[in-house]
Amino acid sequence: MTTTSPSALTRRSFMALAGTTGAGLGLAACGGGSSPAGKAGAPDTGSGGAEYTGPAVELSFWNGFTGGDGTVIKKIVSDFNAQAKNVKVTMNIYQWADLFQKLPAAVTTGKGPDVGALHIDDIPTNAARNIIVPIDQVATALNLQESDFSPAVWQGGVYKGQRYGIPLDIHPLAFYWNKDVVSKAGLDPDKPPTNKDDYEAALDQLKGKGVQGFWVSPFQFTGGFTFQSLMWQYGADAFDADLTKATFDADGSVQALQWLVDMITKGYSPKNVGQDADYVAFKNSKNAFNWNGIWQINDLKSQSKFEWGVGPVPQIGSEKGVWGNSHQFVQLRQLKPDQNKLDASRYFINWVSQQSAEWAKSGKIPAKKSVAEGADFKALTEEYSLAPESEYVHFPPAVPGIGDALAELYTAVNNAVLLKSSPQQALSDGAAKATKILQDNKKKYGV
Amino acid sequence: MAVQSDVQVASAAGAAALTRRSRARKRNGLAAYLFLAPYLVLFLGFIAAPAIFGIWISLHDYDFALFYKPWVGLANYTSLFTPGSRDFGNFWQAMKATGIFTLFSVPCLVVVPLLIALLLNRKFPGRTFFRAVFFLPYVLGVAVIGLLFRYMLDPNVGVVNYFLGANIPWTTDLPWVWVSLVGMTVWWTLGFNALIYLAGLTDISPELYEAADMDGANRWQQFANVTLPGLRQVMVFVVTTTILASANMFGQYFILTKGAPGTATRTIIGYIADEGLRSFRMGAAAAMSYVFAIVLLLVSLVNFKVFNRGDAS
Repeated sequence: MTTTSPSALTRRSFMALAGTTGAGLGLAACGGGSSPAGKAGAPDTGSGGAEYTGPAVELSFWNGFTGGDGTVIKKIVSDFNAQAKNVKVTMNIYQWADLFQKLPAAVTTGKGPDVGALHIDDIPTNAARNIIVPIDQVATALNLQESDFSPAVWQGGVYKGQRYGIPLDIHPLAFYWNKDVVSKAGLDPDKPPTNKDDYEAALDQLKGKGVQGFWVSPFQFTGGFTFQSLMWQYGADAFDADLTKATFDADGSVQALQWLVDMITKGYSPKNVGQDADYVAFKNSKNAFNWNGIWQINDLKSQSKFEWGVGPVPQIGSEKGVWGNSHQFVQLRQLKPDQNKLDASRYFINWVSQQSAEWAKSGKIPAKKSVAEGADFKALTEEYSLAPESEYVHFPPAVPGIGDALAELYTAVNNAVLLKSSPQQALSDGAAKATKILQDNKKKYGV
Repeated sequence: MAVQSDVQVASAAGAAALTRRSRARKRNGLAAYLFLAPYLVLFLGFIAAPAIFGIWISLHDYDFALFYKPWVGLANYTSLFTPGSRDFGNFWQAMKATGIFTLFSVPCLVVVPLLIALLLNRKFPGRTFFRAVFFLPYVLGVAVIGLLFRYMLDPNVGVVNYFLGANIPWTTDLPWVWVSLVGMTVWWTLGFNALIYLAGLTDISPELYEAADMDGANRWQQFANVTLPGLRQVMVFVVTTTILASANMFGQYFILTKGAPGTATRTIIGYIADEGLRSFRMGAAAAMSYVFAIVLLLVSLVNFKVFNRGDAS
């Protein structure tokens, strides 16, 4: 049972939304979070999910795998159902943004699912808002060791000393090159540029052949991710260590964004690249290089119009760095906790975690190093070529409400890449706002 | 005309009722309340009560999932009027965006559908087909329309610029984004207004046109002296609902521009949704909703004043 629910945005519903904004919020408020965050839904039986021996239960599992990864998770869930005695999992797939809004409302009214998958940066927000519950026991039962993960993916599932997320995968930004376009310009399609000089030389050669080889998107997908990767490569970071101040207007960040904007002014990218236009152009052999998510691998595999290659993003700055995120399993708070369901959920999470090599087929890197180095994953040539990135991947910082502050970073990138403000100006304006948001959030969530 | 005679009948019936005994009147009153009750319950439960609760929310730093919802008094309101506060710049930029959109879309959505309705009201082969064609876009969702236009209007890979042989930044730069948003909305929703006009046109008695014809009125004079006055009530409805619908614009920008450039095309509904549903600042979002509602109320008042003045002359 899988239902996909694209956001149904009709004009009428928006009229209704506006008319009753107060009303909607009022209704949502009827639930009310009355217990403090950080308490497990029910006492633990100690099995932690290694097995389930209770009576028959049905579990619901919500996630945002709307893309090609939906097919893979469906298979994994049906495999689970086929082998599990007394546990049946039904799944709902929503758009990630919808899921982020729906979950809290569902949980506070007692209609939340038993298990969910969230992005790593959404975990602290949901932990602080008492939407998800700690699952340290599952980590223990799974015998998860910090040494088996990169520090970022391990720490990301932890909030205030308790574990809320069981890491499933890492999905970093990747570097794609269109071999047809590159060959036509006289470049070696099997030797993609890996550093700044080679990268710019290649773009210059492409430009000489009349190809704008690196379309820079002003939007979060993919310009925002590209910029953040460059920011880390230039030794900067978006926020200070305590997450009290936005620092994405520091020198390194400005240099990174300046380099990106220079791609446009030098004529390597057209101006005014629309949403997804960078990737559309890439697939139509109008664009040579695209920094895009690892999740595009399957989409590119499904076509045969052109030859392409994928590898780690080139190192433009002085350090290695790349944007990435991670999907993690979470357990949702229940108004009426059912011990059997809790145990069964842990069993489900445990079982699926061990299928992470299968999951990688959807265009992911397994979170566990041992799986990422295993034969099954090595067989996935394209995905495996990105495994080195997991050593230096950066995730969005794990603090409640970080998405609010990051929105300002994406607006700054938009303003600069659309040449509405200078990189320095755009980043300073954005950072000032983001700092205010961080401080508000600190007060609100008490961290 | 039909409405007027109904009113006359109704008031005659009312006068007759007055002469009846009071017991019967009471019973009639009870019946009326019974018939009204279902709507009243819905109105109180889903509109009045939440609206009042919304005021309560707006006085707090409110997040329904958090245990502590600190009382902040009028701070959510005052911050909207304090330059340099977290919301001041964004809020007024979004209000301005909504204002610009409303200012340009309403005249188009009042005039263009009228012209189309006039055309569709004439007798010609295939009239029903064309009526359906003009109404068709309206049945599509905003997600469909938005994506369609996003690809067609893409500055670099879009088909519109391809045929124009130009590089117009339809979805990424001012003022083109407004042209796109208004144009797309007009194309999408004009069928609805045209349908209302068409209904109004068929309500105008043909005898009036015959009489005007005999008095020697030409086409334009007939339009100005018969059609327009005959559409008066319809016009009030169209203008009012179009202003409200335009002021509530959200989906179009959300899909077509994502607010680009920067946040210039993010409308007030978009900002309220961002703050209330993404950042979970429901107190601030509720306060913004009320300020916006008051502005809309003022606009509606002006709207009615204007139409009433027309009535007096």
